[in-house]
Amino acid sequence: MPGKPLIMTFPVTATSHTLADYRARGGYATLARVVAGMPQEEIVKTVTTAGLLGHGGAAFSAGRKWSVINLRDGQPHFLCANADEGEPGTFKDRWILEHAPHLLIESMLIVSYALEVRHAFVYIRGEFDLPYRRLAGAIDEAYDAGLLGEGVLGTGFALDLVAYRGAGSYVCGEASGLLSSLEGKRGYPRNRPPRLTVQGLYKRPTVVNNVETLANVTGIVANGADWYRSFGTAKCPGTQLVSISGHIAKPGVYEVEYGYPLAKFLYEDCGGMVGGRKLKALIPGGISTKVLTGAECESVTYDHQSLGAAGSSCGSGGMVAIAEGTCMVRLLQVLLRFYHHESCGQCTPCRDGTGWMHRIIDRIVAGNGRLDDLDRLLEISRRNDGTTICGMGDAAGYATVGILAKFRDEFEYWIEHGRSRCDGALEIAAHA
Amino acid sequence: MKHLIPEFEKLKQRFPAGFESSLVLPCVRRIQEDRGFVADSDIDGLVEYLGVPRIQIEEVLSYYTQFRRKPIGRWHLQTCRNLSCSMCGAERLMAHLKARLGIAPGETTADGRFTFSTVECLGSCGTAPVVMVNDTYHESMSIEKLDALIAKLD
Ligand SMILES: Cc1cc2nc3c(=O)[nH]c(=O)nc-3n(C[C@H](O)[C@H](O)[C@H](O)COP(=O)(O)O)c2cc1C
Ligand code: SF4
Ligand code: FES
Repeated sequence: MPGKPLIMTFPVTATSHTLADYRARGGYATLARVVAGMPQEEIVKTVTTAGLLGHGGAAFSAGRKWSVINLRDGQPHFLCANADEGEPGTFKDRWILEHAPHLLIESMLIVSYALEVRHAFVYIRGEFDLPYRRLAGAIDEAYDAGLLGEGVLGTGFALDLVAYRGAGSYVCGEASGLLSSLEGKRGYPRNRPPRLTVQGLYKRPTVVNNVETLANVTGIVANGADWYRSFGTAKCPGTQLVSISGHIAKPGVYEVEYGYPLAKFLYEDCGGMVGGRKLKALIPGGISTKVLTGAECESVTYDHQSLGAAGSSCGSGGMVAIAEGTCMVRLLQVLLRFYHHESCGQCTPCRDGTGWMHRIIDRIVAGNGRLDDLDRLLEISRRNDGTTICGMGDAAGYATVGILAKFRDEFEYWIEHGRSRCDGALEIAAHA
Repeated sequence: MKHLIPEFEKLKQRFPAGFESSLVLPCVRRIQEDRGFVADSDIDGLVEYLGVPRIQIEEVLSYYTQFRRKPIGRWHLQTCRNLSCSMCGAERLMAHLKARLGIAPGETTADGRFTFSTVECLGSCGTAPVVMVNDTYHESMSIEKLDALIAKLD
């Protein structure tokens, strides 16, 4: 493993996801300490001091988000785990849902206790069948064991937890779109302010956190902020579940301790590129994060500061490794088709902009591109940035700007010659 | 959908009071599992049972890609065509499916056996390419594995 793990700490077996196994690993002992009377403010303070950042993509401080909730406002508060996992390249929350569902449930119980939450939800993408059954099975086990429902562990604390299934929509991963969907409507994102912690689900104060963010809470509350800060770097404590795919020899989910050298991760832990090829480019954290060239990856360590200085970010941890020989024009075509397909259509710059970008890239690939098409792509990206309700409008632009900045010559070649400089291939070698 | 109401009542108990609107998605999903698609009479039934506006259910049905208003083939083959799957052979798989089944994405074979669709990232990129058959993911697919699978689907 690339560094010390916090979440992937046990061997996966046929029963490791069950309540009995989780208990044997010390599970629900922290919850017992919490509901025995740990002060609510102390939990929020510990998590804030620990420096836990959101793992859904934006890396916002979990403790700071929670501190907006006013415990004594007399309103119902809601907690939602974001298990939509829709960012292409990302498949790490699935690991938690399938192998450690009770870690998520225990963490949600602790957060709900700390924030006066009576009803909590896990919003899980509709296609996830096994992860849903694992989670729903774990929730049933927890109810039967008196860990959910009225009188958790015989105390006055109560929590109901529902696993709520989406039905195929990328924008439902965006926190406010998720809440619209959870209200049984179209998954339309909402304008902010008001923040969701002020007016969220059914206009009540609501915390939405990524599954992995929440999964870290039990360990932090059990062992304290200093313990958590002993993982990772001084500025970037902790670990991130990295799901790596593409032209990599050993794809999968790895827990990477922040500060770990990126090249070492790619070449030693993940076995390098398929067929021994060179790394051409790396999408570090889901397709909405800016691409790095192979050379740029050499000197980077895996943490927010180092990736930020290199002009990208950890994002959702969804890494896509792209080997030498891959056509970046075709690659951008796949991404732009996706954004166009998934735009919810509420905002003109996103709805029309992604459609326009998609038409331009299709035209280039068909051999009918014009040189000013590239500037038009950049111009649309620029106009989308910050002018839309949710981050999807920006994301389509970031992906485009990132690829054009580094691989513009490939686009110019296709426009001039009407064909790819590298066979138009995306596939490098059949999967082993 | 009337025969599903006892199930819906159980579902309701896990939600807080006043969350009837939230039941639209789970109820629609259950109806579709039961009938294979959502019929006009199901919408009528849900409007009456949940007390939500008809337009809300219509909007939900047209928004989410997993919901459908018409029956499809017995086996729904959905090929992921997003980045990691395309980088690991999804484009060849799709061309093969098209030739083998003789239909384009979105179509159903004349015998009603197969419907073929494309989907965006299924959150399973490490085992690309992925083909979803009804509810089940089939991972690290190849043309040979796909042919063997199709032969088993009646
Ligand atoms: C278009 C879009 C899609 C998103 N999809 C996801 C997702 O699938 N899972 C997720 O956890 N966050 C997703 N996010 C981020 C959420 O809006 C939100 O920031 C996150 O769930 C908050 O959790 P965190 O603070 O624990 O990271 C998405 C954001 C956007 C703009
Ligand atoms: S930015 Fe795009 S996806 Fe987001 S709300 Fe606007 S139209 Fe919908
Ligand atoms: S790209 Fe196919 S599952 Fe993610």
